[in-house]
Amino acid sequence: MTSLKTKLFCSCPSDYRGKAPNTVVCPTCLGLPGSLPVLNRRAVEEAVKVALALNCEIPRRTIFYRKNYYYPDMVKNFQISQYDYPIGVGGKISVKVNGGVKEVGIKRVHLEEDPGKLVYKGSIEESPYTLVDYNRAGIALLEIVTEPVIKSPREARLFLQKLQSILEHLGVSDSSLEGAMRCDANISIAGGARIEVKNISSFKEVEKALAYEIIRQRSLLRMGRTVERETRHWDEVRQVTASLRTKEEEMDYRYFPEPDLVPIELTEEFISSIKKAMPELPDARRERFMKVYGLNEYEAEVLVSEKSLADFYEETVKLHNNPGRVCHLIIDDLLGILNLKGLSISNSKAKPEHVAQVAGLLDNELISIKMAKYLLKKAVETGSYPEDILKAEGLKVITDKKRIENLVNQVFKEHPEDVEAAVKDDKVIHHLVGLVMKLTRGQADPALTYEYVKRRVNQLRKTKAT
Amino acid sequence: MERLENLTAKEIARRVRDGDISAQEVLHYFYERIERIDGRINAFITVTKELALQMASQVDAKVRRGEDPGRLAGVPVAVKDNICVAYVRATCASRILENYVPPYDATVITRLKREGAVIIGKTNMDEFAMGSSTETSAFGPTRNPWDLERVPGGSSGGSAAALACAMSPLALGSDTGGSIRCPASFCGVVGLKPTYGSVSRYGLIAYACSLEQIGPMARTVDDCALLFSVIAGRDEHDSTSIPVEASFNIEGGLDLQGLRLAIPKELVGEGTHEGVAKTFFKAVEAFERGGATIEEVSMPSVNYALPAYYLIAVSEASSNLARYDGVRYGFSFKGDGNWSVLYAKTRAKGFGAEVKRRIILGSFALSAGYYNRYYLKALKVRTLVKRDFERVLKKYDALLAPTMPMPPFKIGERIKDPLSMYMVDVDTVPMNLAGVPALSIPCGFTEGLPVGLQIIGRFFGEELIFKLGAYFERETGLRMLKPQTW
Repeated sequence: MTSLKTKLFCSCPSDYRGKAPNTVVCPTCLGLPGSLPVLNRRAVEEAVKVALALNCEIPRRTIFYRKNYYYPDMVKNFQISQYDYPIGVGGKISVKVNGGVKEVGIKRVHLEEDPGKLVYKGSIEESPYTLVDYNRAGIALLEIVTEPVIKSPREARLFLQKLQSILEHLGVSDSSLEGAMRCDANISIAGGARIEVKNISSFKEVEKALAYEIIRQRSLLRMGRTVERETRHWDEVRQVTASLRTKEEEMDYRYFPEPDLVPIELTEEFISSIKKAMPELPDARRERFMKVYGLNEYEAEVLVSEKSLADFYEETVKLHNNPGRVCHLIIDDLLGILNLKGLSISNSKAKPEHVAQVAGLLDNELISIKMAKYLLKKAVETGSYPEDILKAEGLKVITDKKRIENLVNQVFKEHPEDVEAAVKDDKVIHHLVGLVMKLTRGQADPALTYEYVKRRVNQLRKTKAT
Repeated sequence: MERLENLTAKEIARRVRDGDISAQEVLHYFYERIERIDGRINAFITVTKELALQMASQVDAKVRRGEDPGRLAGVPVAVKDNICVAYVRATCASRILENYVPPYDATVITRLKREGAVIIGKTNMDEFAMGSSTETSAFGPTRNPWDLERVPGGSSGGSAAALACAMSPLALGSDTGGSIRCPASFCGVVGLKPTYGSVSRYGLIAYACSLEQIGPMARTVDDCALLFSVIAGRDEHDSTSIPVEASFNIEGGLDLQGLRLAIPKELVGEGTHEGVAKTFFKAVEAFERGGATIEEVSMPSVNYALPAYYLIAVSEASSNLARYDGVRYGFSFKGDGNWSVLYAKTRAKGFGAEVKRRIILGSFALSAGYYNRYYLKALKVRTLVKRDFERVLKKYDALLAPTMPMPPFKIGERIKDPLSMYMVDVDTVPMNLAGVPALSIPCGFTEGLPVGLQIIGRFFGEELIFKLGAYFERETGLRMLKPQTW
């Protein structure tokens, strides 16, 4: 819950990333003898916000429980979490899957505190020691558990992406921060035992881990072995799962209500005030994009899949009011460029102003599509503005008819066989246009060029006929 | 030099405020007593000389400057060793915390400091407050000043003994199942288990969170009420603390006319020592003389209070004590093995037998398959006990009972039989289950040993029970009791 300023049960700042180890701590989050937890009110507000956005039922009162187990990252050797009466139950979200819509049930949403962080020298097996940093201990976590309705690794990834988009739109989680979202995946095949896979750090890894498990479990079954209840650990480096705990070693957490905290009453007023302040969620935003900007469902879906992308789109349309053009520039061109460079919309140098300018230039037929792509690429790489680049590199679109005629004539002279082919077949005209574009590095106005090429080809046809 | 040990804390504070005596003089007087006496009593684990001198000189400086040094100006307070005083070791009388030094003050300590009190030392106790005799301490038992062969009670035995021999005029204890009232009764001093939630637990090293409270201990009811008013009140660090009205004047006499008192018959039944019962019944006549009526009342759920208490307390304890693993503080086993070996060996060596017993019991009571039968059942019994108290306290203004079912027993007499030790809590645990306040005051002697009387009030009804206690004290003169020897 990266939007919170302090930890879940104390006033330590939640901004712990990058700080020297064991400096963002206090008696409470260190679990020092005699310390007591005090609940962060905003954490409850944000949690209810999420539960509502996931269409959950909110209980009249919510209670914290102790989950007791020993581990070096645990300051108290129990974690304050929730068991009965969590913040939200029985929700659902719709996910676009295989051209259809799947309703994924949300079993529960609950609050709990993060343990500390264990640091090894090398891998967990080889390290001669373990270091513990408690800066993260006590940070607020929201755990969201789905019903077991996800049918494939791909579905899992799509679900997670949708969930992340919702959380971003709520402003509850900044997915760019390290460790902002962690995932444990549970899988069972053909009604067999459930395997839990822990330590998965990204959505792509979730898909891979589940795919691996399917293969592993299937081969076990083929060999006539049974799959037993187990908890496994995903090794991202080796891309395999390893056994952590068998069902005999399964932990008994001895849950009981946390006696140092009191039950929280969630009143009607409280819940409705949160409902009122709810921001626009992805599904609603998608509908609005379709209605207001005239986008089709696919386009709208792509844009709202990431809040920063949808924000970027709307900012750009504000600057240049051609929603369709802007949409295509972003989806067809900008995203591809970002992808190739491994960047995201929020961490590249491109801004809405860049895209707005390119859209404007296109609309006024001052540049070609190829030039547009070039300008976007430059924007991403250097943050330079299209107008400035055009001026600097002298790359204005050639619209002067005389120049275009000369260029076309030059191409016709240099490629007589292609001209022959074009006279016979109209389709080859595009090839000739392409040659002109090549000659001018994409600067020739494509429409004008096409017009002139077609005119000359027609002339040649007439001449031939006669 | 006037015999300061004969002055009440209130008197000492007044004289320090008026400049008649300096805080440092007061401190030295009581330190001299500690040095002379404690060798035979073993009430103190740590004597906080440096801190105390610092606090005392600050008080004196304030007095010199004409500033208000506080309501407890210069008064020494002995603090049970499970309450954190910053930068002074807090052992909980356990090897596992033998050298643990907390970096913060418990809220009650902050409040004491604000009112000019002087922390004179950390007192002995049963290990992690688990016991009723101060015999499970890793630093040796404390002896009862009335008879050195006998226990002072527990688990706040050190605090009670320190008061009884006037090694300190005030003390703090903690009461989970009787740990303030039992030693108060056995040592002939005054002790209050406050209403649950009225005194902050922040800085109290936890044994059983839903049952325990830090409470004031003193040699007069008035001093006890004064100390209570300083430490009580809502604390934002403790989510279970509640705003309370704690400053009341109990000096004005109480008119007992029309007051309805009752004795729960289950608390003074056949298990009660004959001499204790006799002393108790004689003592309560004082209230009748003042015009109150006393009736007998039945509280059937009280018969199940002891097992319910022991299930709830040990369950919470098994979780509260899980943190002692040698990684961050405290005793740490040095040797080969992975983390779980380190944990197991640290705890095996660091904890005493009674602590281990309760951790195992508690883990069992919470475990899968047994949770409903034991822990959950105990919670239900607890609700019944609470309702029983609410019921009778609607009809009656306060309840009376002996604090302990027997006089102080001999050291070593019960320690080998845990159940026989648990039985001594039978008159005190019901109040912890319900959360109601209970004051123990000395009400006489049997076989030369102190007997304690409990006055039990409504939730946040400390004012009335203090007033009843003060009335009794005036009527009987049973105050500032001290064995001749000291």
